[in-house]
Amino acid sequence: MPKLKINDIEVEVPAGTSIIQAAEQLGIEIPRFCYHDKLSVPANCRMCLVEVKGGPPKPQASCALACAENMEVFTDSEMVHKARKGVMEFLLINHPLDCPICDQGGECDLQDQAVAYGFDRSRYFEAKRAVKDKELGPLIETNMTRCIQCTRCVRFASEIAGVDDLGLLNRGEDVEIGTYISKAVESELSGNLADVCPVGALLNKPYTFTARPWELRKTDSIDVMDAVGSNIRIDARGNEVMRVLPRLNESVNEEWIADKTRYAYDGLKTQRLDRPYVRDTSGRLRECTWEEAFIYAAGKLKTLQGSEIGALAGDLVDVESTYALRDLMRALGSNTMDCRVDGADLDASEACGYRFNTTIAGLEQADAIVLIGTNPRKEAPIINARIRKAWLTKRTPVYVIGERLELNYPYTYLGAGADALEKLDIKAEKPAIIVGMGALRIDGAAVLALARKKSVVTAEWNGFNVLHTAAGRVGALMVGFAPQAPFSTKGIKAWYLHGVDNAEVFQHVIAKEAFVIYQGHHGDVGAQRADVIFPGAAYTEKAALYVNTEGRVQMARAAVSPVGQAKEDWRIVRAFSEVLNVPLAYNTHADLRKRLSAEIPAFANVGEITPVEWKPFGKEGTISATSFTSAVANYYQTDAISRASVTMANCVESFGAPLKIAAA
Amino acid sequence: MKPRIAPPELQPATFTFKDTAKVADILSRYPADKKQSAVMPLLDLVMRQMAAEVKEGGGWIPEAAMEEIARICEMPRIKVFEVATFYSMYILAPIGKHHIQCCTTTPCWLRGSADIVKACEEATGCHVGETSQDKLFTISEVECLGACVNAPMVQINDEYYEDLTPERMKEIIAALKAGQDVPKGPQIKRHSSMSAAGPTTLIEEAKKAGAL
Repeated sequence: MPKLKINDIEVEVPAGTSIIQAAEQLGIEIPRFCYHDKLSVPANCRMCLVEVKGGPPKPQASCALACAENMEVFTDSEMVHKARKGVMEFLLINHPLDCPICDQGGECDLQDQAVAYGFDRSRYFEAKRAVKDKELGPLIETNMTRCIQCTRCVRFASEIAGVDDLGLLNRGEDVEIGTYISKAVESELSGNLADVCPVGALLNKPYTFTARPWELRKTDSIDVMDAVGSNIRIDARGNEVMRVLPRLNESVNEEWIADKTRYAYDGLKTQRLDRPYVRDTSGRLRECTWEEAFIYAAGKLKTLQGSEIGALAGDLVDVESTYALRDLMRALGSNTMDCRVDGADLDASEACGYRFNTTIAGLEQADAIVLIGTNPRKEAPIINARIRKAWLTKRTPVYVIGERLELNYPYTYLGAGADALEKLDIKAEKPAIIVGMGALRIDGAAVLALARKKSVVTAEWNGFNVLHTAAGRVGALMVGFAPQAPFSTKGIKAWYLHGVDNAEVFQHVIAKEAFVIYQGHHGDVGAQRADVIFPGAAYTEKAALYVNTEGRVQMARAAVSPVGQAKEDWRIVRAFSEVLNVPLAYNTHADLRKRLSAEIPAFANVGEITPVEWKPFGKEGTISATSFTSAVANYYQTDAISRASVTMANCVESFGAPLKIAAA
Repeated sequence: MKPRIAPPELQPATFTFKDTAKVADILSRYPADKKQSAVMPLLDLVMRQMAAEVKEGGGWIPEAAMEEIARICEMPRIKVFEVATFYSMYILAPIGKHHIQCCTTTPCWLRGSADIVKACEEATGCHVGETSQDKLFTISEVECLGACVNAPMVQINDEYYEDLTPERMKEIIAALKAGQDVPKGPQIKRHSSMSAAGPTTLIEEAKKAGAL
């Protein structure tokens, strides 16, 4: 543990800490361009120069110099200022003076640091160089003339995204970022390139020229495009979501988000249900008032027994509305409710049986990872990035049972189906078994029981994991939105569908003559079949709780208000209960949350995972010999929002829908 | 100078190393888990093989060869491409049979390298960065090649030609055009990089070495 002084403040840091990190611990900011704390250190921008006593009498790059005993570092001396001014002058020789037309303006590292270290005029009269823009696909806009060759994008692509497509080509003044043969960066994390770029060279393409950072209202929220629960910041202007950015959370998404999380927001602006509808006698959906929709739906339900009414919760539902709907169904005397609309045979009875128990950050401790019927690259790119990190730092072996996958780390293929799982014998102390939705088919209970048997569970390690694909699933299971008795659709004459847009539900579950109430925010599969539509709020429009695949309860905040006459979802259920003469016992969001956390204490623990006991789940039995398949075939279009997104449609066109390769 | 890259219509579809023994020899120089160290000698080997294969002109590195090297060295193709575009010795597009690399850095320039470049242009009929009509010559301007004592100098393919005058430069080009041999190294009566007036120290040793 070397002890050193930075600006005369004494600090003791673990061996191997760089000066820039030590200074950060003291709250001293050192300017930088190439250094990024999640990437390797090339030390090529030279902006972080500091003066070090007890070393050579020249400025040192603080990102690449490890702290040593008795060092004296000065981050603000005359030598440092002179050196940084020199570096800045060199960087600005070729950087264009186009800040007024650059989207990075206002949140640009170079712009900010030029204010501190830049000169107020240029000493150069030579022409600035121009670099041809690169084609990086539908998500990343390039302006390569603005590039300062920090190589963050090159390192991000090869280290985090696992695609070795970018490189630093040529030499000297001709140096530029390029791809081997001009091609789009094929990664589900490519949007992060725009974030790591410290200047306006790589930009968010769909956001181009739409807003300035200082016009935007920033709201911290939670993503629902997959079950990772990535922490996001929603930037809105007026009542329009302008962009989605990642928010640092080391235990979940570090500081990355997947492309669907970042870019599907334009789907929130089209195909929206902005007013209630009822299906009239001619079979057409007709706009109506909330009152009319409620009275019409209630009139129908009142003619039925409780046991003739069923409810389903879709992939994007929040906890509060699911909880309210559960209470409503119970008040009506119905027990037919389920959230496993994709047919995944999860065991709803024990939380340990449907959670990602190892935790996402815990994957880094694993000494073996087994993927069963899942393609994390498409189902949860952020978790895939963690697996890659584990492989990159520790060479953690990865095994695959199911389809052969195109992953960005090497793996050992064990087999296609249950027989490979039966034979699974990993010699490891802390293996993590990850079961995907693709493995939990009709015989999912038996698969779960078998996977449970193969999992290593000790006092400090739980290696059994379920990787969900639906953001609302774990929350709905936690509030008990699942049938007590075996689920049966027999005799159900009316369905309350809460955000259910899974086509297979309408093919197999909902009877042709059944009466359907659809509550949701998009005119997708569910709304087409509905007899009454209650327009709800999308995830950006409501304050709500979500539970990610780990069982981590997280709070989303409303960034904008619901469109048109749409309302927050729990309010719709509450208002409808009044019309049905079974009023629910809460009138405000605060009341609901209070009651919710009184009943299920885990929900009071926002941001955390509440531990659960390791209990038996699943049911041993024979498993069919058919092979497991991945639940997500088309990464870019998995739900009502991403199906309505033009950007996502462009991605499908550019990258092709399936990334899978044929089974050998 | 930015490297020229051959257009797609000139790129061969595949590339295979003929001298597999040489490839194995190169790989054997480096540890098995650090195969990418072999990228530079392999790129050089490609140029030599291509020089022997092409109908006219000199050797160059096609994209297919870079992909083959990436496969052999177990490294991403972009990393091979980075190395190949960084060094001026790697040629990525068809080139003349004799690649005249004129040093124009300060010591050579002070000793008249501008006139040498001019002489090359006149003798070959092409400008810097171009290839002559007969595909025999390509002229490049390069940075210091480290033979400053014998400035001005040029490098033609693997050999140095030093102590040049514009007239001598033209003679050399004429001789190469005629397919004649040209003595390498200093073009005046100088041994290696000794003083042009003969040795001033270690005279006995110089005699022993046959330089006097």
